[in-house]
Amino acid sequence: MMDIPLNTDSTPPVTLPTPQRRSRLAFTRSDRFRRNATWLLMASPALIWIIIFKYVTLFGTWIAFTDYKVRRGIFGSDFVGLDNFRFLFATDTALRATRNTILLNVLFISAGVVFALIVAWMLFEVYSSRRTRFYQTMMLLPRFISWVVVSYFVFGLLATDNGLINTALRNAGLQPVGWYATPGYWPLILMVVSLWAGVGIASLIYLSGMLAIDPQLFDAARVDGANRWQQFRNVTFPAILPLVIINLLLSMAYIMNADFGLFYQVTRNQAVLYPTTDVLDTFIYRSLIVTKDVSMAAAAQFYQSIIGFGLVITFNWIVRRIERADEPLSLF
Amino acid sequence: MATYSQELRERKRRDTDAVLGWLARNAVHIVLLIISLLCLIPLLLIISASFTDEIALTRNGYTLIPSEFSTQAYATIFRNPTVIIGAYAITIFVTVVGTTIGVFMMSMLAYALSRPDFVLRKPLSFLVFFTMLFNGGIVPYYVLMTQYLRLQDSVAALIMPYLVVAFYVLILRTYFATIPTDLIDAARVDGAGEFRIFLSIALPLAKPAIATIALFTALNYWNDWTTALYFIRDPHLFPLQYLLYIVQSNIEAMQLQSAVGNISTGPVPTQSARMAMAVLATGPAAIFFLFFQRYLVRGVTLGAFK
Repeated sequence: MMDIPLNTDSTPPVTLPTPQRRSRLAFTRSDRFRRNATWLLMASPALIWIIIFKYVTLFGTWIAFTDYKVRRGIFGSDFVGLDNFRFLFATDTALRATRNTILLNVLFISAGVVFALIVAWMLFEVYSSRRTRFYQTMMLLPRFISWVVVSYFVFGLLATDNGLINTALRNAGLQPVGWYATPGYWPLILMVVSLWAGVGIASLIYLSGMLAIDPQLFDAARVDGANRWQQFRNVTFPAILPLVIINLLLSMAYIMNADFGLFYQVTRNQAVLYPTTDVLDTFIYRSLIVTKDVSMAAAAQFYQSIIGFGLVITFNWIVRRIERADEPLSLF
Repeated sequence: MATYSQELRERKRRDTDAVLGWLARNAVHIVLLIISLLCLIPLLLIISASFTDEIALTRNGYTLIPSEFSTQAYATIFRNPTVIIGAYAITIFVTVVGTTIGVFMMSMLAYALSRPDFVLRKPLSFLVFFTMLFNGGIVPYYVLMTQYLRLQDSVAALIMPYLVVAFYVLILRTYFATIPTDLIDAARVDGAGEFRIFLSIALPLAKPAIATIALFTALNYWNDWTTALYFIRDPHLFPLQYLLYIVQSNIEAMQLQSAVGNISTGPVPTQSARMAMAVLATGPAAIFFLFFQRYLVRGVTLGAFK
């Protein structure tokens, strides 16, 4: 049935490694060497993958400082200093993409937290394993659908000629809307799609946090005459607040990264919509594949990565400052 | 000590609470039901459109119940099934091979990193972890794959990206670390080698975590279209989701062309046929979902989501 820890103790739902002691057996030096060698051998396939695709690729960031020519390779191309960055910020496009990335992420994150908290609270208040499981199944369903298919049904809803919404508007005697030609609607449309896609998982995280609260606290609150809302305000919410804050801060750390699928597929990559939907990830894609300006793409990528790195470090530092020693929640 | 009147007042309050509580509970159930349906309706919309007669779809628009039931769309697809079967074969192959190899690689690394006696535990853990902080991103990856490894237009390009996910490695490591050392020592006393211990003790004990990671990895592969967008130009290697995308964007391009130059576009998959393809592409994942949902729920408790 449910795999959520039921409300028996007050530990947070964050799993932590139970520190295992070292082996009790006495080993000879050659034993120890052989064991370590086996472990290293076992680790090596994945390690080699990581080194090639995550560390060797770091040399590729050098492209951002060169006039990259495919034939001459990364280190054969001419060094141009910060010229690529100067070009990048000479037009409004990169700044617009940065603004869209940050503002839309802030919108999605804040709306997402509020919506997920409300849903989690509702699930918690009427908790019964059979029905909760049904709701969860439904709300997790979007996690299994690719962005391509999501774009198909968003089109089914918003298509200008025969979309469900325009059909309804026409039937109501109203003027149909050219959704795919009006950038102004898209922050809201994308927010709804992102809420739809994310509510299942986010509410599940908060629900498992709520289920971990000591039920005696609720009994005590009830004896004191607290109603449901007061119980939420004074017991439930404070108990999961650390979880909420940590989630918020960690999503803020990745605020420079947009979900490429959401912005590329759901908008059908319509250039008309770029003023409100072009984000850094779609901009980098276009520079790399469509206009084939690798140096420009690399400059935008480096700019995104380095600011992202700074944000991760900063927000992790904040999380470390507020976390309690007995429940470390920060990334590192 | 409670007086009689206090008790009376208390009981009255409880009765009102019971009625209000009943009302509120049902209201909450209704709201949750609506949200659940909103998660389902988009899929129903696609399924319904795939079973709607093409002309009716153009005339009446998308509806939740087919305005004129027809299996024409599926018949069209299965009349010339080579393209979609090819895409299915690619996607299934990539998903099965990628998930198997990836989960095995990640588990071996995670197991090694979970051993307290492993001398390289700390530096290697940091090596894995640092990739979550700083990421070169797609541009260097693209240049490496196309200019140096020359893997464009190959199945390997489709398998490569999700083989190792640092976050999944850390989750698996956490899980492996809970296996008691005494258990492993017992196997050592019985003369089992380290790899043997991993295969016959650690892996079976970590089955819930491994199943969760396998599910996520399989989903990553099944729903992947970005890799093909960057690296695949050969139509024989199109995975299912990318085929869906190409079909839709080709139609838009053709519509644009015919609007501009009035070029005859030849047979184009109809709207309902495209929806039928979307149903065929999502169906297996949805069925998979119903069976393995509990691993997804467990993934939440394991902290598998950021």
